[in-house]
Amino acid sequence: MEVPILKQGPYLIAIIQSALTDADIVHLRDALVEKVGRHRSLGVIIDVTALDVMDSFATGTLRDMAHMVLLRGAETVIVGIQPDVAFAMVHMGLKMEGVATALDLEEGLAYLDQRTKAARHR
Amino acid sequence: MGLTGLQKDSKRASDVPLRDIVAHLAENRAQLREEWVRRINDAQLLTAMTKDELFAEATSVYDSYVDALETRTLESLEAYAQNLSERIIPRGVETHEVVGIVLLLRDVLARSLFTKYHDNPALLDRALDAYEPAANSIAITVAVGFVRERERVIRQQQESIRELSTPVLQVRERLLIQPIIGVIDPHRARQLTEQLLRGIRDTRARVVVIDITGVAAMDANVANHLVLTVEAARLLGASVIVTGLSPEIAQTLVNIGVDLGKMRTVGDLQGGIEEAERLLGYKVVPVAEPQA
Repeated sequence: MEVPILKQGPYLIAIIQSALTDADIVHLRDALVEKVGRHRSLGVIIDVTALDVMDSFATGTLRDMAHMVLLRGAETVIVGIQPDVAFAMVHMGLKMEGVATALDLEEGLAYLDQRTKAARHR
Repeated sequence: MGLTGLQKDSKRASDVPLRDIVAHLAENRAQLREEWVRRINDAQLLTAMTKDELFAEATSVYDSYVDALETRTLESLEAYAQNLSERIIPRGVETHEVVGIVLLLRDVLARSLFTKYHDNPALLDRALDAYEPAANSIAITVAVGFVRERERVIRQQQESIRELSTPVLQVRERLLIQPIIGVIDPHRARQLTEQLLRGIRDTRARVVVIDITGVAAMDANVANHLVLTVEAARLLGASVIVTGLSPEIAQTLVNIGVDLGKMRTVGDLQGGIEEAERLLGYKVVPVAEPQA
């Protein structure tokens, strides 16, 4: 299932609505990294609220994507990781190092606003 | 004599003596009861009770006992045993004491039967045949009733400890504290994490202070678990501040090689809350002179 990517001002928002295959995730990664450049976006939000499982491939791909997006000049924040998923992830040693996380979409937007404001002030 | 006749005969053999026995026990109630109380005192059982209480309790146990022998039903005795257990368990009466006094009573009564029938071995035989099974089932009923009540109390306590053990409290908008007191076993550690992560989601907390002042020591497993909890909270977008680490726990964390960059620790709870307020952009300012 393809994940819709919404443009919201300077941000791109991808809301994952159901379990994804590995190919879907790779597709999402490529599409997002491409769109960051096309829309000159400052931030990317991935909402994973609907996922009740995050395996190593998904975690690794999202992390890589965050780093790729950073290289293209935007911040990434993953939002909506469920408590059970979070605990399962750390148990499996999947820790999303270097990727910002936030509770939900609202928090993610607030985080990006803060980060991009700081960047603009520099 | 046919089969039916034999059955009738054997029935009579157990019926008649039991009725005799009950009559005998009722007749000698005062004396046997005193003998029993004396034996209880000698054996130093039920020391948690005063002499008067013990005597009153002995009287009702004796009467229930004889009543159970007479009616051959255990229902009222069961109810009595449960009632008794409810009253004496909070006072610290142990299982061996309850079983002990019932067995003593059984013994006292059996001895009085020996004395009563000692010149007629055949009758004594039949009396004991009738008495022993009934006495045994009474003893079992009381013991089982006591143990069941105890288990119920233990279960109830475990439940309330479990509920109490891991409160997650909101002290300010978006700031939670989780004070942990006592020993952390793996089961409790897991529960702590679950409650914390749920609390973060439900209150939309951004900062959590975990205070472990009340934890004297933790093993490497639990320490690792604590580190995982900090990681998991981060995935939910919350920062964790751990406060009140004892020297022993600090040593455990260093020994298992915790990456201290990921874990923010502050000396005490006050410091932790101040740090959390700083992170959240709060500033606490006194508005007036403190009241005398």
